[in-house]
Amino acid sequence: MTLWFVFALMTVAAIFAVLWPLSRRARPQSGGSEAAVYKDQLAEIDRDVAADLIAPSEADAARVEISRRLLAAVDDQRDPTVQSNVRLRRLAAVSALIGLPVVAVAFYLSLGSPQLGDFPLAGRARVADATQSLGSLVAQVEAHLEQNPTDGRGWNVLAPVLARLGRFDEAVRAYRNSITYNGDSAERRSDLGEALAGAAGGVVTSEAKAEFERAIALSADDPKANYFLGLAAEQDGRNADAASIWRGLLAKAPADAPWRPLVQAALVRVGGPAVPALPDSAMAAAKDMNDTDRGAMIRGMVDRLATRLKQNGNDVEGWLRLVRAYMVMGDRDKAASAVTDARQAVANNAERLRQLNEGLKNLGLDG
Amino acid sequence: MIAEAGHYALVLALALALIQSTVPIAGARWGDVALMNVARSTALAQLLFAAISFTALVSLHVTSDFSVVNVYENSHSLKPLIYKITGVWGNHEGSMLLWVSILALFGGLVAAFGNNLPLSLRAHVLAVQAWIASAFYLFILITSNPFLRIANPPIEGRDLNPVLQDIGLAVHPPMLYLGYVGFSISFSFAVAALLEGRIDAAWARWVRPWTLVAWIFLTLGIAMGSYWAYYELGWGGWWFWDPVENASLMPWLAGTALLHSAVVMEKRNALKVWTILLSILTFSLSLLGTFLVRSGVLTSVHAFATDPTRGVFILLILCIFIGGSLSLYAWRASALKQGGLFAPISREGALVLNNLFLTTACATVFIGTLYPLALEVLTGDKISVGAPFFNLTFAPLFVPLMVAVPFGPLLAWKRGDLLGAAQRLTAAGVMALIAIALLWAWTYGGSTLAPLAIGLAVFVIAGAFTDLAERTGLFRVPLGTALRRARGLPRATWGSAFAHAGVGIALIGIVCETTWNSEHISTMRPGDVAKVAGYELKLDDMVQRKGPNFREMIARFTVDLDGQKLSVMTPSKRNFTTRESSTTEAALLTRGASQLYISLGDATADGAIAVRIYHKPLVLLIWWGPVLMAFGGMLSLSDRRLRVGAPKPARALRGLQAAE
Repeated sequence: MTLWFVFALMTVAAIFAVLWPLSRRARPQSGGSEAAVYKDQLAEIDRDVAADLIAPSEADAARVEISRRLLAAVDDQRDPTVQSNVRLRRLAAVSALIGLPVVAVAFYLSLGSPQLGDFPLAGRARVADATQSLGSLVAQVEAHLEQNPTDGRGWNVLAPVLARLGRFDEAVRAYRNSITYNGDSAERRSDLGEALAGAAGGVVTSEAKAEFERAIALSADDPKANYFLGLAAEQDGRNADAASIWRGLLAKAPADAPWRPLVQAALVRVGGPAVPALPDSAMAAAKDMNDTDRGAMIRGMVDRLATRLKQNGNDVEGWLRLVRAYMVMGDRDKAASAVTDARQAVANNAERLRQLNEGLKNLGLDG
Repeated sequence: MIAEAGHYALVLALALALIQSTVPIAGARWGDVALMNVARSTALAQLLFAAISFTALVSLHVTSDFSVVNVYENSHSLKPLIYKITGVWGNHEGSMLLWVSILALFGGLVAAFGNNLPLSLRAHVLAVQAWIASAFYLFILITSNPFLRIANPPIEGRDLNPVLQDIGLAVHPPMLYLGYVGFSISFSFAVAALLEGRIDAAWARWVRPWTLVAWIFLTLGIAMGSYWAYYELGWGGWWFWDPVENASLMPWLAGTALLHSAVVMEKRNALKVWTILLSILTFSLSLLGTFLVRSGVLTSVHAFATDPTRGVFILLILCIFIGGSLSLYAWRASALKQGGLFAPISREGALVLNNLFLTTACATVFIGTLYPLALEVLTGDKISVGAPFFNLTFAPLFVPLMVAVPFGPLLAWKRGDLLGAAQRLTAAGVMALIAIALLWAWTYGGSTLAPLAIGLAVFVIAGAFTDLAERTGLFRVPLGTALRRARGLPRATWGSAFAHAGVGIALIGIVCETTWNSEHISTMRPGDVAKVAGYELKLDDMVQRKGPNFREMIARFTVDLDGQKLSVMTPSKRNFTTRESSTTEAALLTRGASQLYISLGDATADGAIAVRIYHKPLVLLIWWGPVLMAFGGMLSLSDRRLRVGAPKPARALRGLQAAE
């Protein structure tokens, strides 16, 4: 509200500046005239002669010249035809009263942001304490590090936050600083590699790969480095290498590692001959069995999946797993019939049908 | 509220400028005094609103209000206060706001102190001033608005270009703009005279002081910019014939010519057409400078941002104002009454010669600057016109001009006596010859041209003081009388003597620096010693330090001369994290007018650092010269007397010389 009041005040002042001279009675010829300048010049010559700056003869010559101009100027002087043109004045007054505010408001409304108040930094820092946003916290840490660039702990805190915020380039710098000031470790190297990959839009670049390899050199079992090296292999088109890396990773992993599903999903993606959809415990059990037993166990699980899908056919992922399982077991007929069943089950939902068809296409079956 | 109030004030200034640009003209056309007086009050109100707007932007920068795009992009909360303020014009939008604020300031001054101007002339002048202002307010609001906001303000700004974080930014742009924009006054007067179809004594009486003010500021602005480039860019160069530098040199050359012909016009009522044309040309070149620098046609430190719409908009303004005023000139100039007559050999004649040389020099700079641009537009070829071109074209024009400079003030108005002037300059000529002979003997086998050029400079300086000696009758009358006369001399006379001597002094500096400059470039480790021009510089150590918004590496050099420890010099390299860029801070050691200059290059991995050391003899004279010129201008400005040029009578006895 204050803002509009101030605007109104300013507009009134501007209009007043135009109207004021219009309201005053005109004094004829209030400006200087040419004749006045020449008269001043004549007086100046007298002063110059008195100060001994010019000789009397030169002064005389100058006086003659200036007097001649003065006479011409007086003759020439236009009558100060003072008129008051009421119509024009009214027009000017109207343009000030209406035109000026209209122009000002039209420009301002299309360009200005009257709804925004001021945000001086000092005021913001005080208010923010309780509800500080992540962004301002990051800025604070950054400001601190600006002053104390060798504070390794600070970089350690900052780097993952930056990576999570998607500010990968800054995260890369932060991880590098962290390595410089905190010392090298496999974890930091692979975090750095992840940030590099993030900066490249998810592609494991050779620069990122070098970091993961360094991490592996420091600790061969580092899961993140292994995962990303697999990803690098997949992105290079070496699916078999990727699968073997990931399988090795899963083999060494503790059963409750939170990243297991991620690696398993990746493994499925490269379509390795791994058996899909096995719960971890089952996988662990299967490792110790002989081929026949293992085959029987797998078949049992696949049958269970098929039964479950018959009861509830909405699970597109499930259908795809089933089809792939049949194909891996070499049972093309069953795979084909599973495809038909799946189509029927999701036929009344276009979105699921689309997902299914795409998934089937990925499996090499025409969708 | 500050941001929005500033924004609204700017919009109101535009609305007022639109009224100011039309109503007074109608008033002058139909002889209505009240309508003509609207020009005055609107000009003052426009100044008020422009000032509010500018103050608002400054306060936004000072309080680091990052909800304003301009502040976010060019400021940083950790910046020292002085750079928060100077950062206001260290970017495109803010500097344009400064430009129009100064324009409003000059308009307001004409309105406030223009009581002795004929009413219709004042109305016309202020209206023309408002045309320029309207065009630039529109330009700012539409293409470069400094008050645009961000709804979710970021917590930290992007900082100012580190090269600009220097005290130079506090001085150079405002000075330069006061100069550029100051010439708008003489432009408005010229256009007003053409519109009215008459040009009278009051006109000339007004134009000279305004031109002088603009010229003083432009001189200081250019000199300051040159010194800034010298110590900040780290190459030890002070003039690069860079298009941006040329853009400021061109209005200076034209403005110098304008200044001289305005004097003739005031004193002798002659050279009217010259004065009008030079007024138009000078401001057109100022506009061209603004266009070159602001449109992004040239990339340099000055091109803060490039945006094609801006370039097109300024080009449009440029075409309308330059094209319009020159057409008006072609149409109306012949209608102006011719002024006083004069013989070819006379003070007037000498000043016409001066104008010719200066405008030709200006034209060569113009060609050298714009030809490469035009060629690039037409054929796509990139060529660069550098120092060799300008040395070959500019220097030959300046040599005869410098020879002629001492003669001018010694010639009488209306009809002069060249032989007499030459006789009176004998002493100055002898001094010049002695200087040449001494220098040539001292630097035997060295440069041939340098002693000659210095001789020329000595001639100019001695010539300037010959004029003073002649007027006071020094050596001819008793010393007491001469001193009394010296006190009685108009300050304007002293001013022109100082300004002309300043030219000579700058020339000595230029010649000495370019001819006898010695440099030493090497990679040094702590403990290494470099020998330059008799000085021994030992690199003691290198330390890291933390500044407010940067980190810097400082190298400490101990300077010895003849085994005596002189001083410690500490050049540094600064790293600005926010912009991820670095600057070099050269260390300067001043000895008299000479300087020792150290600038750091890149550090190598094994702890060594590239170092450039220069010894620049008499380099400071390059800037003392312009400062002296500006001082002369100020002396002349402080002289409130009228200027009357007494003509030499046709058959006069040889008596005292004509005074100013």
